[in-house]
Amino acid sequence: MHSNTYTIIFTSIITIILGSFLSVAAGTLEETQKLNVENDSKKNILSSLGYKPEKNKEWNSNDIKNIFEKNIDAYVLDGKGNRTDNDTRSINPETDNRNFPIYVDMQNGSINGYAIPISGKGLWSTLYGYFAIEPDGLTAKGITFYAHKETPGLGGEVDKPWFQNNFIGKRFIDEQGNLVGIKVLKGKANPESPYEVDGISGATITSKGLESFLVEDLKKYEPFFQKVRNKKI
Amino acid sequence: MAILDKKSKEALADPLMKNNPISLQVLGICSALAVTVQLNTAVVMTLAVVAVLSISNTVISILRNLIPSKVRIIVQLSVIASLVILTDQILQAYMYDISKQLSVFVALIITNCIVMGRAEAFAMQNTPGKSFLDGLGNGLGYGGILISVAFFRELLGSGSIYGISVVPDSFYDAGYQNMGLMVLSPGAFIILGLIVWAQRYVSGIEEE
Repeated sequence: MHSNTYTIIFTSIITIILGSFLSVAAGTLEETQKLNVENDSKKNILSSLGYKPEKNKEWNSNDIKNIFEKNIDAYVLDGKGNRTDNDTRSINPETDNRNFPIYVDMQNGSINGYAIPISGKGLWSTLYGYFAIEPDGLTAKGITFYAHKETPGLGGEVDKPWFQNNFIGKRFIDEQGNLVGIKVLKGKANPESPYEVDGISGATITSKGLESFLVEDLKKYEPFFQKVRNKKI
Repeated sequence: MAILDKKSKEALADPLMKNNPISLQVLGICSALAVTVQLNTAVVMTLAVVAVLSISNTVISILRNLIPSKVRIIVQLSVIASLVILTDQILQAYMYDISKQLSVFVALIITNCIVMGRAEAFAMQNTPGKSFLDGLGNGLGYGGILISVAFFRELLGSGSIYGISVVPDSFYDAGYQNMGLMVLSPGAFIILGLIVWAQRYVSGIEEE
């Protein structure tokens, strides 16, 4: 039987050894991890804009970096939709209400689309993704989600191609030029309507959440896209 | 394996078949259901568990005569938890996509009954060498089941093996469909149940 003093000394030593071991490990690996997170968001921006790796191939981190740097112009907008000098990497789009990062697809020298970060509550969790817009400033080009904790098979379907592809070609601005967003309907959408997409059965709250935060996020960028639509950019 | 004496051999080989942690002791089921949708995640999870289990068994066995018995569980847990956090950090740094898919389940290796169970039941009584083999054996026994479940789930649920499509397009054209059930957790339960049944039938073990 060990004495109490021994027990206390033993546990303290173990704690110190394990603690310092972990902090050294975390410190050494931090840089690589940050790079991964950055690469992952680049990959998602690219895929929302319609970039795909060739069939049966995957991008490695260098491919992503090269494609991104070659084609994407990333900058930050202020509340009036003007370009500022801030770095997109210094902005947290979820909490910042004055600076809005935007990623412009400049493939072959002309503007092919815009991607903006979107995030908001579903049923269980906050969903994070990107929404891409055609150069006309009123048509959806794509949508991706890279992080969420919705129920797999129900709300979790938001990250599946069948759901995301529904958005392509839909409009979030009506004939009068008002921002109406894209309705995620319960059941099937009317194929004639450009303003609605099929919902996910069994995931009404996720669908409604997505619908409302998409409008909220589009509102933030509306000053900019008004200029786009009036051909001022 | 003449280099190993009988007891070491048992420590390594028993958990692979005769005393498998999942199919006979029915431990670690939660992660077996969660990470077996694809082979890819199952293989990485197996490697993570093998690493954690064999290192934690070795470390705890080295310390076994120094650990005060009053606080032995918490000391075992701290060793295991540190190894799990380290594994998670390494995955995030070098296998980011897979670590995203495995999400909380790497961190949950801490609560995997197999790891604590082997530390308490084996490593506290045996030498570091044997404990290492026991950890290795149990990790591989766990992983073997994980990988077999994942093989069937990926094949039937997504029509692919290790991410490569194996069901020819002509099958789909003829009306073949992937089995959606296999992608969801109930699919894992069914496969796991069948494996447990088959294994008990083969090894002739009966519940008392």
